Amino acid sequence: MNSINWYKYSSPATFYGLAGKLIPWFYSAAALFCVAGLYLGLVLAPTDFQQSDAYRIIFIHVPAAWMSMFIYVVMACWAALGLAFNTRLSFMMASALAPTGAMLTFVSLWTGALWGKPTWGAWWVWDARLTSELILFFLYLGFMALQAAIDDPRRADRAGALIALVGVVNVPIIYFSVRWWNTLHQGASVSMTKAPSMAAIMLVGMLVMALAAWMYAIAAALSRARSIILEREKNSQWVAQMVEAEV
Amino acid sequence: MLEGKDLACVRGERTLFSHLNFTLNEGELLLVQGANGSGKTSLLRMLCGLLTPEFGEILWRGEEIGAARETYHAEMAYFGHAPAVKEDLSASENLDFSCRLAGIPVDSDEVKGALGHLGLGHCLNLPTKSLSQGQRRRVALARLMLVKAKLWILDEPLTALDQAALQLVQTLIGEHLRQGGMALMTTHQPVMITGIVPKTLPLTP
Amino acid sequence: MSTLQIVFVLLRRELMLAMRRRGDVLTVLFFFVIVASLFPLGVGPDPKLLRLMGGGVVWVAALLAAMLSLGRMFASDYADGTLEQLVLTPTPPVVWITGKILAHWLVSGVPLILVAPVLGVQFGLSNEALVVLVFSLLLGTPVLSLIGAIGAALTLGLRGGGVLVSLLVLPLYIPVLIFGAGAVDGAMSGLGSEAHLSLLGSILILAFMLTPWAVSAALRISIE
Repeated sequence: MNSINWYKYSSPATFYGLAGKLIPWFYSAAALFCVAGLYLGLVLAPTDFQQSDAYRIIFIHVPAAWMSMFIYVVMACWAALGLAFNTRLSFMMASALAPTGAMLTFVSLWTGALWGKPTWGAWWVWDARLTSELILFFLYLGFMALQAAIDDPRRADRAGALIALVGVVNVPIIYFSVRWWNTLHQGASVSMTKAPSMAAIMLVGMLVMALAAWMYAIAAALSRARSIILEREKNSQWVAQMVEAEV
Repeated sequence: MLEGKDLACVRGERTLFSHLNFTLNEGELLLVQGANGSGKTSLLRMLCGLLTPEFGEILWRGEEIGAARETYHAEMAYFGHAPAVKEDLSASENLDFSCRLAGIPVDSDEVKGALGHLGLGHCLNLPTKSLSQGQRRRVALARLMLVKAKLWILDEPLTALDQAALQLVQTLIGEHLRQGGMALMTTHQPVMITGIVPKTLPLTP
Repeated sequence: MSTLQIVFVLLRRELMLAMRRRGDVLTVLFFFVIVASLFPLGVGPDPKLLRLMGGGVVWVAALLAAMLSLGRMFASDYADGTLEQLVLTPTPPVVWITGKILAHWLVSGVPLILVAPVLGVQFGLSNEALVVLVFSLLLGTPVLSLIGAIGAALTLGLRGGGVLVSLLVLPLYIPVLIFGAGAVDGAMSGLGSEAHLSLLGSILILAFMLTPWAVSAALRISIE
């Protein structure tokens, strides 16, 4: 075979080195996009005529919400790969992504509340999107709690992978049911879908911020995966050699 | 014929054993030997198909046991640490259900016969929670007599038994082997079965 | 023996065990009644408010009661070695897993359905709404047993398993809660509940087809 040997990169030792080289690049990209996005959002974008400057929190809120959902799907993909091909690295990537996903979910909930107070006059409104995001947060917590409760890493990997897959199958059903529930109980809540038409520059700002969140998520997941590898392979030869070389 | 090829077992971060090879033919007894924590139970669970080996393969009649799951499980009986006895059911109910769930219909006379043979004739209908640990293990052993499997995988079948029961179990194993069965077991006690010279399989990391 | 016979034998065994441990069944049932009775004490006896809340309260109580009973599904079989023996039977795991889930529903779901109308009356639900409540529970409680089985299988033998199960399973129960309580609401407000009930029905079919496979995978993971 003359194609690239992908299996080489699924060996933890090779991956450890590769990830170490990539992490600074992703962090730098995240910082760059973040500065650019904040400049677009906080300086260039005009003040909204209805919501004044309060709306500017969407430059954090929306990218965080997008990434929180995206990361869950990516996590489930790694989980599926791990269960299908029995590659340890896939399980490690799934566990490494979860805390970042949960954090972004929390950020989107928190910024949602901060935005809700001046806009709707309430910290929390049982809006369909907010509620779905809250349930997503619970799914992340369940995944992490299950893995934390299992001592045997092999079982923890697989059990976590299975619950991630069950979750991802359920997410559309949950989202649909919450939408349905919300439309039936309209009146008390204000729909977020009727946001004022957005200036192009705002959209660009949000996209750039989403890229920043994406790069950050990759960098954070890679460095967490490196820690997991070190922890699991602490008795292996290559870790011993590496530690010796550093001393 | 049961065959293990180049088996390895890793639990947590420890390699319990590796490069393990053995074959077990009809009429043979294989004793798995090793200190506590050497992976005897893990090996037995692996041979049952409860545990996936880290490396290597297990063949039953030349077929991988995962691929031939149904035929393999129909011909194999496992006696584990836990006796698989429901406390709220009587000894005879326990046997009746466990045989039926294994796909082997038994009538009450057979059940009574097996339990009588193991010296439980007087407590057939008592809930097993009133039985002693050793008596519960006898109920589990009675199941082995009834399901008539070709291969017996026995994890410490001789612990918690009195002298008479020890003799009885070894006789049972002897009869099973003479009828062309095969058995694989772990034990810390000496095994004396007339006419049988057991093979041994030491476990080392 | 055919697979149907195996399921039948398993059902007989599970029901016999439940009969010998009636206390366990009754505990879950009383829990259901108590949780539902706490709500009027918490929010006040206003009949209008209670009528509005009734369906939702009974459904939330049913969710919690179903979750509480999940510990029974595999844990005792796991502890006494029966689960290993079931895995080692030639029967495909999906078959006996379906049997176990069905037994769990008969023992802990059906009693809830039988008692629910009494609770509904306490909350002043109309006759039509009571009928819908029973129907929605009939369609919804099996889903609770099915999805719950995944959580029960994954947390076998773990410390703090009970609380962990709730964290894993309750978010997945949300669609059942929404459509179940929505059906009762629909009947009360005169909007009709057919849509809710048919959605519940389709969730039941989907769960029935998919969850036994997930449970089978989960049990394999936990038994290793």
